[in-house]
This record gives sequence, structure tokens and C-alpha cells, in this order.
Amino acid sequence: MITKEKVEHIGWLARIEIDEKEADTYAEKLNSVLDYFGQLDEVDTDGVEPTYHVMDVVNVFRKDEVRKSLPQEEVLANTEHRQEGNFKAPRIM
Amino acid sequence: MTAWTDISGIKQRIAASSAEEVTASYLETIEKSRINGFTTVWDKALEVARGIDKDGNSGLLAGVPIAIKENISTTGLSTTCSSKILQGYVPPYDAHVIEKLKAAGAVILGKTNMDEFAMGTSTESSCYGPTLNPWDTGRVPGGSSGGSAAVVAAGEVPLSLGSDTGGSVRCPAAFCGVVGLKPTYGAVSRYGLISYANSLEQIGPMATTVTDIAILMDVIGGYDHRDSTSINRKNTYSDALKDDVKSLKIGVPEEYLGEGIDEAVEKAVWDAIGKYEDMGASWKKVSMPHTKYALASYYIIAMSEASSNLARFDGTRYGLRVEGDNWHIMASKTRAQGFGEEVKRRILLGTYALSAGYHDKYYLKALKVRTLVKQDFDRALSDVDVLMAPTMPTPAFKIGEKIDDPLSLYLTDVNTVPINLAGVPSISVPCGFADGMPVGLQIIGKPFDENTILRAAYSFEQNTDHHTKRPAEVA
Repeated sequence: MITKEKVEHIGWLARIEIDEKEADTYAEKLNSVLDYFGQLDEVDTDGVEPTYHVMDVVNVFRKDEVRKSLPQEEVLANTEHRQEGNFKAPRIM
Repeated sequence: MTAWTDISGIKQRIAASSAEEVTASYLETIEKSRINGFTTVWDKALEVARGIDKDGNSGLLAGVPIAIKENISTTGLSTTCSSKILQGYVPPYDAHVIEKLKAAGAVILGKTNMDEFAMGTSTESSCYGPTLNPWDTGRVPGGSSGGSAAVVAAGEVPLSLGSDTGGSVRCPAAFCGVVGLKPTYGAVSRYGLISYANSLEQIGPMATTVTDIAILMDVIGGYDHRDSTSINRKNTYSDALKDDVKSLKIGVPEEYLGEGIDEAVEKAVWDAIGKYEDMGASWKKVSMPHTKYALASYYIIAMSEASSNLARFDGTRYGLRVEGDNWHIMASKTRAQGFGEEVKRRILLGTYALSAGYHDKYYLKALKVRTLVKQDFDRALSDVDVLMAPTMPTPAFKIGEKIDDPLSLYLTDVNTVPINLAGVPSISVPCGFADGMPVGLQIIGKPFDENTILRAAYSFEQNTDHHTKRPAEVA
């Protein structure tokens, strides 16, 4: 059961601002989905390995060689917030 | 008028006139569209077609128009995942599949509408408004690649690409009466596909015939070192186009029929299986006991992966930015205003499922259930060549009918999500009608055995006329 306070905490973890009124609505809708997810408790998974991935690929290695990359100008073209070849964002702290 | 033509028909028309004329006639059809399938029409399409005429490209798709889903990166052409948060984003590079299409001479007409970030089954959650089903404009086209299916069904383009995370190619193909393939995980490079749930999704082709699907796979399939899950395996998909199912063994999973499946849908699917029997194939019932738990497992995994994949949309490098005093406030405001309701719900649930104290209960449990679902497929497919089932439990539903109740919308994916959990290939082909709307037959195969399901689908098409039916308006 997700409480309103829990919703606000997850919102912070996910960096999605949620106001108090929204938190109520989210709690209701998220709980109905979590109730449904709860049915997995019936499945016996003792000794079953998790499947993160269906393919047998584990690690794909390649030589550490310099390759062509996108020009800096093109990489920065999608924002007006840039300075001296960098993305510019507000302070973190 | 450009109504339904396949690749070979278009090549004949190009030979008789020009790629430019063919492209122009499709653009004219798109101009008159009432279904809101395209989000952007590419202003360079005619120029590309003229280039093909001039240079005489001999590629498999020389001069053939195609439409691309909004979440596949195209240089210089807006790619927004139908989300407010990516408004204005123009990729500086092409997805692997786009490079391949361009090399084969295809003419990209534009981008197609989708559920925001591919999270949906109806194309109603797009920031561009819903796409309408050309068979009945009061109904949804399915999703999330609803635009890609609807524009093919409406004769606005002969081919399109979608992406399939839990049914997003097969569902709209079924609802719109066209053919759609979800390839084996690893068969088509995901480089340039904007990730939603990366362990589940594949780019897939949509068209009016199985032949065109195979040709399109010959163009877009194959190894790409930029996708670390790409598998190096050569295959010629068009070799599969043989009308022969004489020794084909079909399994019909009993869990995919019965309760919750519309009667007319079920009848159309049984009629199709009967047709296969007439054509010399044999069938038997098989059991896949963990099917019931696939939906919950799928949604937990998809939401968890989404919460991580969508972390990159924070206002720093592209798209929307809502100012704030520090980075965290800026990101939190940007994401609150830029993402739609369903996307936010899935990120929140995914964050919850991965958070301390809940990881084992939800995420790890779902991954273990995924193993059991996959074992169901391994077992069933060790005994038969293909599995057959309805693609969707019902025909296309009405616009607005389910959008406010997320769980009722999730339940419609019951027959498509297990396939993504197992990573196997699956094709949806038209097999009749229910309530005046198209029904899709789903044919599921062994990993990397696309050719068997393509042969089964092709044989069905050669011996039936379902794929020739088209919406009245575009006939």
C-alpha cells in the first residue's frame, strides 16, 4: 500500500514534482496497479534464476580505439543553454 | 489516389512515371488525411525522390515511400516520442534502421504518432492528440505504434516502422487490418531507438502484405556493433516466401483463448486454424501455464526499465526546460510539466519497484517469473513449429473507453506481452472481422526462426483474401 507521503518520496527519487492534491490521485491509481502486481506472490519461484535478458550475450568487447564522434556543435544544437562547448545547467547544491 | 499498393506495385508505377510522382501522390493523400496518423511530414521527401530518379538507385526500396515512428531517430527530422518533454528535439544522427533504409533508396515521408514514449495500447496519450482508426474513426487504431499502422491502412504510405515493447507493432497491426512483425530480440539494431524498456523492445516493420514485411526485414535486419544486444546472424527473410505449410506443426496455447476473448475474435482465429488444416498443416492444443502471470511480470519489468531509461529527460541537454533555483528543482519541474500522466505513473511505479525494501518483492520476483514464462515457450516450441493465437482479445475499442483506467488498458496486452518477455518473434496478420473491425492472427516462432512464421503467414495470405479488404473510405 503506497501512502500519500510515500508517493511524494518516490516523486523526489524520480525527480518529478508532485503537489499534495496530485499525491492523493497518484496513491489511488498506483495502489490499484500494485494490488494487481501482488498476484505474483502466488508463484513459486524458489530456485528459479532471474532473466534480465533473453540472449546469451554477456559482455561484448572491442578494441579501445578512437572512433569518429559527432561534432560538438551538433551535440549542443538542441539547447540554448550552453557555454564554451558545454551544457549549462543550474547549480547542483 | 494512392490506395493500398505493395512494393512491387510501386516499383511498376515508378518505372512508368517517376519516384517523384509517386511520392507526390502520397503526399497529396496525406494532405487530405482525417486520421492524424502523421506528426511531421518531411519537407525533403520530394527532393530525396528526385535524387533517386536522377541517380538511379538500385536498392531494394528505391523510391518506395515509408513512414517512421516518432521514437526512431532521424537526422534533421523531429523525433519527440509524442511527448511535450521532447518538443523541438531534432536528432543529430540516424538510427541504424534509418541508415539502412536510406542506403536501400527508401523515401521517408515523415514521422508517425504514438502513445507517449510508447506507453500505451491506443495512441490516445500522444501530445499531438489521438490517431483515429481508418476503419471507424470513433475507435482507436491500437498502440503504441498506432500512427504507423493507421497510415498504412489508410493508404497514406505503403510501409512503416514501429517499435514493439509489449505488442506495440502487433496490436495496431491487428486493429487496423495490416501486417506487423516483432522480430526476435537482437535481430534488428536498437541503435537510435529511444529506449523505453530496453530488454523487451525491438523495431518492427508494418505493411499490407507479408512479402513486403520480408523485404523490409532484409533491409533493416542484421548486426550492428552500436547495439550491444545485436546478434551477428545472417538471414535472408524473403527466402521464406513459399506457399507451403504441408508439414507445419501448429500449437494453440489454451491460455490464449477462452475467458476474456471476444467470441467473434475467437471464431475468426479458429477459422484461420481450420484453413491451415485444409492447407495440410496439423495443430494441437498446448499449455503454457505461466501465461496468467506474464502481464504483471511484464509491467513491473517495463516500468522499472522505464524509470531508469527516462532519467535522461531532465531539461539539461534537449527539449523542454522549466527553470528552477537549482538542478534538482529544474529537473523536477521540467519532468512534472513535460511528461504526461501515464508516463509519470510508470516512472513512479518503476522507481518504487526498484527502491530499497521493494526490489526483491517486485523487480526480482518479476524477473524470476519471466524465466518461467520463457520456459513455457521453450517447452511448447520444442514440440511444434509455431504457436497461433489471437493478437488482441477484442477488436479495436472506442476512443475514450479505457484511457482513464490504466489497469483495464494494461489487460488488453494479455496475448502480446509474453512474447516480449521470451524474446521470440511474432507476426500479426489479418484473419477476418469482428463487429466490422479487423481481427489479427498472431503467429509466434522460435528465436531467430522468423522464416517459419513468415512462410506460415505468406501461405495463409496466398490462400485467403483477408489482406485485400480495406477501409471503405480508402478503397
